[in-house]
Amino acid sequence: MEKPLTQHIPASGAPLHLKEYEAVGGYAALRKVLQELTPAEVTDKVKDANLKGRGGAGFSTGMKWSFVPAEATGPRYLICNADEMEPGTFKDRWLLEGNPHQLLEGMIIAAYAIQATQGFVFMRWAYKEAAQIMNQAIADAYAAGYLGKNILGKNYNLEMQLHTGVGRYMCGEETALLNSLEGKRAVPRAKPPFPQVSGLFGKPTIVNNVETLSYIPHIISKGGDWFKSLSYTADGGTKIYGVSGKVNKPGAWELPMGVTMRELLEEHAGGMKAGYRFRGALPGGASTDFLTDVHLDVKMDFAGVAAAGSRLGTGTMVILDDRTCPVGFVHNLEHFFAQESCGFCTPCREGLPWTEKILYALEQGQGTYADLEQLEMHTKLLGPGNTFCALAPGAMEPLQSALKYFREDFEQHIKEKKCPYADHTHR
Amino acid sequence: MPIIHIDNKPYEVKEGKNLLEACLSLGLNLPYFCWHPALGAVGACRQCAVKVFKDEEDKKGRIIMSCMEPVKDQLRLSVDDTDARNFREHVIGWLMTNHPHDCAVCDEGGSCHLQDMTVMTGHSYRDYHFTKRTYNNQYLGPFLNHEMNRCIQCYRCVRFYKDFAGGKDLDVFAAHNHVYFGRQEEGTLESEFSGNLAEICPTGVFTDKTLKQHYTRKWDLTSAASVCQGCGLGCNILAGERYGAVRQITNRFNGAVNGYFLCDRGRYGYEFVNSGQRIKTPMVHHGPADKANGIPVLQHVHQRMKPGKTIGIGSPRASLESNAVLKELVGEENFYLGVSSADHDLVSLSLKILEQGPVRSASLQEAAAADVVLILGEDVTNTAPMLALSVRQAVRRIPVEDVINHIHMPAWQDAAVREAVQDSKGPLYILNVQETKLDELAKGAYHTAPDNIARIGFGVSHLLSSKMPEVKGMSEQGKAIAEEIAGVLKAAKNPLIIAGYGGGSEAIIKAAANVSWALRDLGIDAMLTYTVPECNSVGLEMLGGHRLDSAVDRALNNEVDTAIILENDLYRRLNQHRAEKFFGKVKDVILLDHLYNPTAEKATIILPAGTFAESDGTLVNNEGRAQRFFQVFAPDSAVQESWRWLLQIADINGHATLSGLQHLDDVVSHIAHAYKKFEGIDKLAPHADFRIAGQKVPREPHRFSGRTAMQANVNVSEPRPPQDPDTALSFTMEGYRGEPPSSMIPFFWAPGWNSVQSVNKFQVETGGPLHDGNPGKRLIEPHANGQTPFYTEVPEPFLPLKEHLLLVPLYHIFGSEELSVHTPGIAERIPAPYIMLHSEDAKRLQVTAGYLLHFTDNGHQYTLPVIINDTLQEGVAGIPVGLPGMQISEAPQLIKV
Repeated sequence: MEKPLTQHIPASGAPLHLKEYEAVGGYAALRKVLQELTPAEVTDKVKDANLKGRGGAGFSTGMKWSFVPAEATGPRYLICNADEMEPGTFKDRWLLEGNPHQLLEGMIIAAYAIQATQGFVFMRWAYKEAAQIMNQAIADAYAAGYLGKNILGKNYNLEMQLHTGVGRYMCGEETALLNSLEGKRAVPRAKPPFPQVSGLFGKPTIVNNVETLSYIPHIISKGGDWFKSLSYTADGGTKIYGVSGKVNKPGAWELPMGVTMRELLEEHAGGMKAGYRFRGALPGGASTDFLTDVHLDVKMDFAGVAAAGSRLGTGTMVILDDRTCPVGFVHNLEHFFAQESCGFCTPCREGLPWTEKILYALEQGQGTYADLEQLEMHTKLLGPGNTFCALAPGAMEPLQSALKYFREDFEQHIKEKKCPYADHTHR
Repeated sequence: MPIIHIDNKPYEVKEGKNLLEACLSLGLNLPYFCWHPALGAVGACRQCAVKVFKDEEDKKGRIIMSCMEPVKDQLRLSVDDTDARNFREHVIGWLMTNHPHDCAVCDEGGSCHLQDMTVMTGHSYRDYHFTKRTYNNQYLGPFLNHEMNRCIQCYRCVRFYKDFAGGKDLDVFAAHNHVYFGRQEEGTLESEFSGNLAEICPTGVFTDKTLKQHYTRKWDLTSAASVCQGCGLGCNILAGERYGAVRQITNRFNGAVNGYFLCDRGRYGYEFVNSGQRIKTPMVHHGPADKANGIPVLQHVHQRMKPGKTIGIGSPRASLESNAVLKELVGEENFYLGVSSADHDLVSLSLKILEQGPVRSASLQEAAAADVVLILGEDVTNTAPMLALSVRQAVRRIPVEDVINHIHMPAWQDAAVREAVQDSKGPLYILNVQETKLDELAKGAYHTAPDNIARIGFGVSHLLSSKMPEVKGMSEQGKAIAEEIAGVLKAAKNPLIIAGYGGGSEAIIKAAANVSWALRDLGIDAMLTYTVPECNSVGLEMLGGHRLDSAVDRALNNEVDTAIILENDLYRRLNQHRAEKFFGKVKDVILLDHLYNPTAEKATIILPAGTFAESDGTLVNNEGRAQRFFQVFAPDSAVQESWRWLLQIADINGHATLSGLQHLDDVVSHIAHAYKKFEGIDKLAPHADFRIAGQKVPREPHRFSGRTAMQANVNVSEPRPPQDPDTALSFTMEGYRGEPPSSMIPFFWAPGWNSVQSVNKFQVETGGPLHDGNPGKRLIEPHANGQTPFYTEVPEPFLPLKEHLLLVPLYHIFGSEELSVHTPGIAERIPAPYIMLHSEDAKRLQVTAGYLLHFTDNGHQYTLPVIINDTLQEGVAGIPVGLPGMQISEAPQLIKV
């Protein structure tokens, strides 16, 4: 089983340094691109591979690049979204800390494809170690001539900079990320115009996820067919999956796209810890709908998870066990989302704290049936299109599915006027 | 025009609009908060949700925000859709979760957009049963009250204050449901346009602090359409009164003039009307007239008006009617313009250029659409504040046009357009004696002496057209500046040249004329704006009269026994020395004015003259636009319009042409017939006999309360309401309830729309002109086919003289205007008098900042503290004009130090 993204990451956890990276074929793809390929040909290769964005939305990467208007004048920007803040998600960190040059090489190739002259790695504030590693990698890449003026002696220039955020979930949304990078408030922008047309400082900009960009050198080197062949399903490539919760071996693994939830849970995460039973999982991070034991054979690719009523998202599952209160679990999530709302649009700013307060009241034994109606109403009214960006709709996904699958737990809180999970640890 | 289907009915709508604008323009009620016609759309509040459908078959549809969706032919939408209505109702529900529901004690109550929208959506039951978040409020200075708990986070305040008006000290802080709109720390809001927050804010976060001192609900105000007296721009205002005091000024939309906004001098400068210094009864020898030997006061006046020995002195802050009647009463040969020589020279020259030249004077709206702006010798933020707001919009025009083509977004998509524009700006060049607030927007801002500014202006005009005089001996820097400006102007389509009284220099005004004429010669549609100091400077100058100095000379020759002074304090027009001499020689001074002032001290007879709030009249603004202002309330004192006093005097005198004139219509039509240039001023507003459905237009809204109780402590029987013989307005709540003609709209109010946002209902389309046009009539039009004249007298370059300083006038929005300083809040904002020096001059004079400098200006001794400003040219010193307690200075002039 091939693991192109993670195969060279040392088991020690130490980063793969430039020389080591070069020794395993690093920067060969860049060399090939600069020597043999036009920017349009690079884009076509990525398009052919049908690489779908690994940040959560799953949009075709090559298509995205092709939307940069050919006639646009002035600077263009390539940005790596390394603001990994989705609760339960830690896949990008593995790549950032383990193989920074793989990402850089992907970024340089992507930047070349859209003819960007400036790249930014927008990294989560808390990833201190990754930031150090990335800064070193950028410095090494400059020294080796992979960045800067006339890269590898060719007529292509690219500057690269690491930017660490201040720890706002909102910055993971690409337009809010752009505002933040400009020094403005991290509020999202309306689309259209898309960043490809008017992005950073109003100029054409591509924002891609760490995992997406890290795949670029491999697709260039080995081609689209190879990429597709790695997968179990129509969505090509491998994917970094993760599992957290009361399992025996929580962690992240690079696996063929389309493994089942069961395989992930039982083979890779080692099954549930003794004394804990599986009740459900958020398959792609905190902002995805719960799936339950009836879904364990769902294939973890974009279409498969969608068909089951959730989203692949980041591909990192958060497990709900039978000893954790689902109401408390969701309350914890809504607390996070309410706090991370940027405050720009009304439904998200005011609606999320409302759901959080209701969930807390339920946990305190002060909930009513009318409260459940309020929660239901919010899951409907905070849907896509009603709010300015996807934060609130995402926040509603675990709530709406919890109300669907764990309704009896909610009602029990009301009937018993307390949280029935004696040992629950959530607020 | 595209057809859109709203709830299955087809409507023709204008291309390029968004769906919210389309719906509102059709007269539909669709609630909104964050959108504003002047600010565009950002999609924050989610209140204007509607459903759109793919086609006739699509029954499910999807919710979208109407403000973010452009009009498209055959688009199908539903305002009435159950899901959309439900969502809109819930948006209010969310907004209300933390709102304090304190309408009863909120100044916004009764004129609150949030109240209106709440009712409109049907939200009436509160489901939220948790605690509310609360905020600390800030002290924001004398103009605005801050109550953040009421905030619904529509972001309009910062979008107006920062994005539209260029303010720096109001922002949004924090995040999630704790976003905070305020200053980084407590303190006075710095922007000259801060007062607009009271109207921009859809609820009671920012409210008018002056109103709070004498609070009245909107429904209890007696209001009328008026025109701002604060400067020469003639912004349209609504003034509201109760119990004989003006309570509040709000914007009166005029698409050609001030649009939706006012400056803080205009909004807050009204409190002189309520001043304790008001003259309320006729006085003879400083005693009440009724005690003066039992002779009616007008008999006193009559006795003193000896033919050939009586002069009249007019006023640029009095109406055209009052000035014209005075002129006719005393005779043309005896009528003097009550303005300083300097102001007269500058205004009459500006007027001549506009009347005789081929270039059009720009309205504020046209100024905002200029593609290049050149400002010569003018700090417009302080001399004509709303013009600064227009210039701020003008510099965005070119970049906005550029980007909307690139990103394929309509201009109303405000966030996207601002993002794409970033800080790129259209060309603005400023030449002034010192730095100005607009410098930050300028491609070039240069600071030098007035004559040097004029020289560069002349240089520009010569570069544009060889017909214009060459400037000899221009410095290399001057040449470079002139070349850059000329190059940009040549490529312009409708550039605007701004100059005016602020520069204190005729040469600058001439240079501005030359530049505009040279552009015109090149076939470029240039516009010219001259600022003027006062609300009727242009009207008075058009009416014509002799120089004030001649009146003084005449008095010194013992040829004046009686001087009738109209709404004027001559100590602001003449230096103290000359004024004292004048008053020493004139036996009887008859003053008609509002406030006790130094001139009143000298008057034998004082007649209480109505302010704008107690008068009807006409003013002509700097553009040449004549505009009618209406009496707001009937005073319970002897106060009446100056023109009415003067007509009564004319009657007693048996005046040949004025006798028999009684009412406003008589006077206005008399003037319109007597002066060709004032033709048409009798059509500025409907006449007194105008009726709609047989009714007058009421100044009081239908919710006016307490009418029978207001005077009950005095007399339980309801007095007969005051009559208004002059206009088609009534002083009561009775009358026609529909929409009056635009020139006389006394308040903006429509069913379901109690706040100022109801102006939508009075417009042809949102943001467009009022239903029967923007009020006012331009009296000055360019001579399109006339020969282009030009000025040839280029001044010599200014060179600093040893031992001398060139004193130049510096104006202040708060302090330089005579009447607005009587508002306590404005008084707080007035700078202390000073003399501004370049640090090199200060070094030479061995003074430092704060040091008291003594100097003599035209015989008057000054002692002023020094402030240092190195944007002044060396050898140039600035002194503030018109601050209370400051003597007038005939700046610019050389003084010996």
